[in-house]
Amino acid sequence: MSIGQIIFTLVVVVAFSIAAKNYKKVYRNINLGKDEDISGDEGQRWKNLFLIAFGQKKMFKRWIPAVLHLSIYVAFLFTQIELIEIFIDGFFGVHRFFAPYLGGLYTLIIGSIEVLSFLALIATFIFLVRRNLLKIPRLVKPEMGGWPTIDANLILFGEIALVTGIFMMNGADVVLQQLDPAHYPSSGFLPISSINGPLLFGDLGLNTLQLIERTGWWLHLFTVLLFINYLPVSKHLHIFLAFPNIWYSKINSRGEMENMPDIMNEVKSMMGLIPEQEMDPNADFPEFGAKDIFDLSWKNIMDAYSCTECGRCTDVCPANITGKKLSPRKVMMDIRDRATEIGNNLDTGARKFISEEGRAANEPLTVDNYYDGKSLFDYITREEIHACTTCNACVEACPVTINPLEPILKMRRYEVLTESAGPSDWLPMFTSIENGGAVWQVPDDRDQWAKEMNEEGN
Amino acid sequence: MADYSAEGKTPEVLFWVGCAGSFDARAQKVTKAFAKILTASGVDFAILGNEESCTGDPARRAGNEFVFQMTALQNIEMLNMYKVKDIVTACPHCFNTLKNEYPALGGEYNVIHHTQYMNDLLKEGRLTIEGGEFKGKKITYHDSCYLGRVNGIYEAPRELIAALDGELVEMKRCKTNGLCCGAGGAQMFKENEPGDKRINIERTEEILKTGASIVAANCPFCITMLSDGMKAKEKQDDVMVHDLSELIVQAKGL
Repeated sequence: MSIGQIIFTLVVVVAFSIAAKNYKKVYRNINLGKDEDISGDEGQRWKNLFLIAFGQKKMFKRWIPAVLHLSIYVAFLFTQIELIEIFIDGFFGVHRFFAPYLGGLYTLIIGSIEVLSFLALIATFIFLVRRNLLKIPRLVKPEMGGWPTIDANLILFGEIALVTGIFMMNGADVVLQQLDPAHYPSSGFLPISSINGPLLFGDLGLNTLQLIERTGWWLHLFTVLLFINYLPVSKHLHIFLAFPNIWYSKINSRGEMENMPDIMNEVKSMMGLIPEQEMDPNADFPEFGAKDIFDLSWKNIMDAYSCTECGRCTDVCPANITGKKLSPRKVMMDIRDRATEIGNNLDTGARKFISEEGRAANEPLTVDNYYDGKSLFDYITREEIHACTTCNACVEACPVTINPLEPILKMRRYEVLTESAGPSDWLPMFTSIENGGAVWQVPDDRDQWAKEMNEEGN
Repeated sequence: MADYSAEGKTPEVLFWVGCAGSFDARAQKVTKAFAKILTASGVDFAILGNEESCTGDPARRAGNEFVFQMTALQNIEMLNMYKVKDIVTACPHCFNTLKNEYPALGGEYNVIHHTQYMNDLLKEGRLTIEGGEFKGKKITYHDSCYLGRVNGIYEAPRELIAALDGELVEMKRCKTNGLCCGAGGAQMFKENEPGDKRINIERTEEILKTGASIVAANCPFCITMLSDGMKAKEKQDDVMVHDLSELIVQAKGL
């Protein structure tokens, strides 16, 4: 085993071990939410997976970013073939393992990767310009200040590093194939490197060329390994989570808010429709709706971790368009950040995060006795959730089928049902429905209009 | 409905009027217009009168599940007692709640929005619309959220506009991208949150850009919001906000 192989194996093993730990944290954080059975309708789910996830159907509501994004996405998928070769070469200390076996097909694959990488590079530059120079409105909203913008730019710089690595290693390789055919099997004519290589590196000596080739190779590999570790702490995680998130997205009508069987049965028993419910006199007053991460469904939290902060939801939100504080994207970012905060606190095992009862009972810190005195309402203000018109524009807009409306309505439920709070303007409406069966307190009969029509002789 | 039941008869359809249609002066006109169309098309319909209650949509979306369940379960009790099968309503919020939310509570009905219903009557030849009244007039159509985006009904109302011979001019934000009027999610019943502009003004400005003299709508709350927007822009005499049923009544001279 050569020193190169040893270093390669070490780097890869370490990178994957650290990454695995962080992916497990995301998985754990998603499962801080409540269980919710999401199953059935497999036919529709497969269709969604192919059309919306692989086919990026919902991206194509906006053509320019859709085409740019598609370039990077297809390049990413295709480059995996080259990445497999990099791993084989690295582990076994060989060079361009596939080249002699695949022949013309190899040229086609690597050639396609080159073209796609070039397109991805152009797309990356345009994305940088859109974000930093053109300042496309949805990319520079208040919630994008600080880390989210740095995050977005880091990913784009990462893309540039990946593509630069490929062209360095391929370009130098093409020249090396002429100088040392025994060690450098021919890759055939590559659309970019066969021109670029001789042009940029044609006059260089064997050692320099080898150095450039290895630098490109390691740059690409290193960036890949960095990316794998970076994803679980970045918005870029959508490249993985988009798929399960779309698979598990709601199939039933958008028009149906989740039923609350506890309340339904309570009301049914009040109306004498079902036998009186046995009440446990010692039971705590039940909490309804969502106050914190633990009250949301795991799917709401997966939605949050799938968000890549593109802001299409916020861009179409009527409340946001008219200057209200509500931004569906911010709601999703807040849910993600709060879940991450709780997860990180749990990892510390610190006693200060144990509830009073838990501390009294000398329990170790767990999800069940977690208490930090905070809630989602410290992230998402009441003003924000009150501004929603439930118009579903955000739900319609999201390319990875995130539903920002559901958590907003769950928080409204907490406010109204558990806290008996909420906008005071709503109280007369509630009372009117409860007492008079109408949204307004009106003394007239409901069929006043019909009586008038009869009088008018219709 | 009680009369039908007493006589042991079943109407062809139950017309669910809704709170706005029953009590709001502007929406009452829509209720009357739709009733006229039903009568003119020979549809044997019933109403519930005082036995009808709010479907509970605004309470549920405001977060008050208790009030929603109370009113919804009462409605379902009564609808099931009358063995109601088919319901038509001129309110997309009632439509959505009856259609999508009542089944989980034990209320399964065939619910149809009045724009679909009128379009069906038209196709069956029971309703005829003689053109002329709106020929060449620019009409824009405002997709309500709960008929459009939430329930995917975009074409039936547009087919009615075509039948009216009007020239349909679409707004930039239409169909799946339609902009809310600002009333949904119980916003109708509260003051706006602080912001730069009211949502109905944003939508009104978009309507004005089309140059249309008529806005066709399908929801009593949208009609209120857009009419208020026109008043704020002092355009209430130039641009008329109407429900599709009212336009048909006008065209037929009913």
